[in-house]
Amino acid sequence: MKPNAPQSPGRRVEAVVLGASAGGIEALLALLHELPSPWRLPVVIVLHLPETHESHLAEIFGERLHLPVREAADKMPLAAGHVYFAPPGYHLSIERDRRFSLSCEPPVHFSRPSIDVLMASAADAYGPALAGMLLTGANDDGAEGLQRIHLAGGLTAVQDPNEAQVSTMPEAAMALRSPDHVLPLRELRALLLQLESAHAH
Amino acid sequence: MTLTTAASSPLPSPLSNTEIELRLLMEAIYLKYSYDFRDYTVASQKRRVLHALAQLGLPSIPALQEKVLRDSVLFGRLLQYLTIPVSEMFRDPAYFLALRHHVVPVLHTYPSVKVWVAGCSTGEEVFSLAILLREEGLLSRTQIYATDINPASLDKARQGIFPIEAIRGYTANYQRAGGRSSFSDYYTAAYEAARFDPSLCAGVIFADHSLATDSVFAETQLVSCRNVLIYFNRELQDRALGLFHESLCHRGFLGLGAKESIDFSSYSQRFDAHSQPERIYRKAT
Repeated sequence: MKPNAPQSPGRRVEAVVLGASAGGIEALLALLHELPSPWRLPVVIVLHLPETHESHLAEIFGERLHLPVREAADKMPLAAGHVYFAPPGYHLSIERDRRFSLSCEPPVHFSRPSIDVLMASAADAYGPALAGMLLTGANDDGAEGLQRIHLAGGLTAVQDPNEAQVSTMPEAAMALRSPDHVLPLRELRALLLQLESAHAH
Repeated sequence: MTLTTAASSPLPSPLSNTEIELRLLMEAIYLKYSYDFRDYTVASQKRRVLHALAQLGLPSIPALQEKVLRDSVLFGRLLQYLTIPVSEMFRDPAYFLALRHHVVPVLHTYPSVKVWVAGCSTGEEVFSLAILLREEGLLSRTQIYATDINPASLDKARQGIFPIEAIRGYTANYQRAGGRSSFSDYYTAAYEAARFDPSLCAGVIFADHSLATDSVFAETQLVSCRNVLIYFNRELQDRALGLFHESLCHRGFLGLGAKESIDFSSYSQRFDAHSQPERIYRKAT
């Protein structure tokens, strides 16, 4: 369970997918603020918000993170060191060619975008070279997605439910399958830094 | 080997069995029924096929393929899962508002207008446009071509009957789209459904058309194709954009979905952004 002890030595993660819901903005800011430069790992985020067809997440986070933050667009290639948010009202997937695709399929767990959809597609695209993290939230979205990442050989981590503003989401993931790591945000961040440095070498 | 960026150097991981089975299924469907889903994006297609398996009570994609080849009725059912009949009226009201303010005045300069709603699904978009064009005094001289690959969706579109529980949302959209009337003027509510005024689609031709295999059939002033291209890979997106480009008259308009763009296609230079946030483009050359 220690971030300093990777599950499999030599693991090379090439992308990180993150899911969060209620309480997610604060948790994500704590997790991602002032990441060291250069930062090369692409980070892709589904954060549940009301479906307003408009989101300012990219601007809000772009100002605070000192990293290039974008709203993921259809067929946009994932670029090193960028942080991407799923656009509201669309499911976000990652294809094998490491580009995004959007879709208007019905909501999953009442959510569009859905964390499960992102994580399952990313697991197909990246296999063992993917890390998935699930943070605070009030529903079951993401539990199955994390399991799919695990089955594809990827690394899974959830925010410690005791610390999460709303513990339902990490607990759902833990109930479905024990994630590789259950950690408070501070240590999830350390894990992220470690994945980045392993990625760079 | 050192990988410097994630995008430029994806690991050449082998196709999974599921992906191989999906490709074979799509090839079989194409050879047997001439429906071409081979260049659809995989992630969404895979979800829909797996969903269809569960609904049809079949154990595997090869089992589905076996049945589909011998049972055209089953294929008809599968088609409902392969296409996404999810739409709403006046979806993204800003799009319709922009059409009203920026495109309609140009359309008024033509003696007659042709509009192509490509991938019209169950018709919500067609009726939205027809209402807008009527309110702007254009409907009587406009020919709308509403096309889709799914005959069941086209049948629904022709009927113009939508579930009553959706109407509240549609009404709010209509008002935000600059609606000039009361939305209830356009439909009759009965039982659980709202039936839209049939005269709205008197000038609409509903037709089977595939952006993957068919060609252009008319010169148009406006093509509206919303939330369709996202299901295509880049090659098929290019093909569809090529059809739109060919169909549009000089300086004709192309409207896409709110999160769609031509930036990642080879047509990015052949359209000008007209109303950028609303995804309305204009044929450049």
